[in-house]
Amino acid sequence: MRTIEANQITEAIAQLAIKANYYLNADVYNALVNGREREESPIGKEIFDILIKNANIAKEEEVAICQDTGMAVVFMEIGQDVHIVGGNLEEAVNAGVAKGYFEGYLRKSVVDEPLFNRINTKDNTPAILHVSIVPGDKIKIVLAPKGFGSENMSALKMFKPSDGVQAVKKFVVDTVVNAGSNPCPPMVIGIGIGGTMEKAALLAKKALIRPLNVRNAHPKYAALEQELLELVNNTGIGPQGLGGRITTLAVNIEWFPTHIAGMPVAININCHATRHAEIEL
Amino acid sequence: MKEPIRLTLPLTAEKVRSLKAGDSVLITGIVYTGRDAAHKRMVEALDRGEELPTDLKDQVIYYVGPTPAKPGRPIGAAGPTTSGRMDAYAPRLLEKGLRGMIGKGYRSPEVIEAIKKYCAVYFVTIGGAAALIAKSIKSYEVIAYEDLGPEAHAKIYVEDFPAIVAIDCEGNNIYEIGPKQYKR
Repeated sequence: MRTIEANQITEAIAQLAIKANYYLNADVYNALVNGREREESPIGKEIFDILIKNANIAKEEEVAICQDTGMAVVFMEIGQDVHIVGGNLEEAVNAGVAKGYFEGYLRKSVVDEPLFNRINTKDNTPAILHVSIVPGDKIKIVLAPKGFGSENMSALKMFKPSDGVQAVKKFVVDTVVNAGSNPCPPMVIGIGIGGTMEKAALLAKKALIRPLNVRNAHPKYAALEQELLELVNNTGIGPQGLGGRITTLAVNIEWFPTHIAGMPVAININCHATRHAEIEL
Repeated sequence: MKEPIRLTLPLTAEKVRSLKAGDSVLITGIVYTGRDAAHKRMVEALDRGEELPTDLKDQVIYYVGPTPAKPGRPIGAAGPTTSGRMDAYAPRLLEKGLRGMIGKGYRSPEVIEAIKKYCAVYFVTIGGAAALIAKSIKSYEVIAYEDLGPEAHAKIYVEDFPAIVAIDCEGNNIYEIGPKQYKR
């Protein structure tokens, strides 16, 4: 049994919040550079130039890539041979989010209650925490700040098994067309297929943190990712919705076994600043 | 790509008439900020028969909720927020003389009608390019609704602020024209 102090988790989360918001990951940066080459619209090309320049400025000057520094989504894989001491896990995570968002001059965008009063909690907590217990004695943490321009355009639908792959394709394209300029294209699309309603949504979120240049291991899902990318780019929405060839940088699908009677499909859209940072303790 | 048009504020009707959807501009001058909550308060003030915190005649509003400023800087990261959320309020402010809006995303038919009626313009700037845009913002001063934090109504001075004319005063809309050209 390995022991990890709760405050180690707090420190790690604080650092990840800053890192994820300041530095664009190489896979996303490269997808922007590559998109710029393939974009045919002059305004679109100009937008790509601005986005690339923006990522460079954020990195050099250590400021947020986007002013919507998001709600902090935290994925933790905790080894079953780890014992967390000196505090409780959820509090340690939230303390880390509060510290990182304060010290990093990141915007606090969370309200305490969604429907009636909506008072800002002023420290960007609580985080959205997803924990899984895995073999081993390590803790892996991924922090993905999620902006809501794109989150608001996400969708979920419970299909009948007979609806098949055509219905899934139509759902994805319709969702993207409906989103238009709102999610700050060129976007990244995470899709979760299978499981239950909430499992599909979680898979879609997880799909967003898979590197953009890695395709699904299952050849049929990998081919569907490519086909959807092409279909979505044929909408002409383009960078920022102003028209162009590149509406989407990548489509990542994750799937899971499901019930004989169902086929849940969730689409989680991310903006061009698809941010996440990870660490292993 | 044409060279961007240099635009100095305040923005008169005459200047607006020369702008066409799709033009790139670099804006210099005083701009006001405000988003959902500030707009709601401005329109509520008008409903009560009160004056706005500032005279918006020939002025431009930027829909932004910046991150906190690091020490020694006027503002943090400051990219645009989704303009559609301000659609319910925008026609009232255009009626009061507001000449330009800067944000991102589509506008409602009502806002487009008001843009044409009052000879105004809707600019978009690049969603997410918050670090780059912040470099063109030279000062930040809260003028009303300080309790709204990042959503307060502020006066900023911008130099060569990059934007694109999305809807011109004739109602030409780049969000309609652009995607049609590239649809397959």
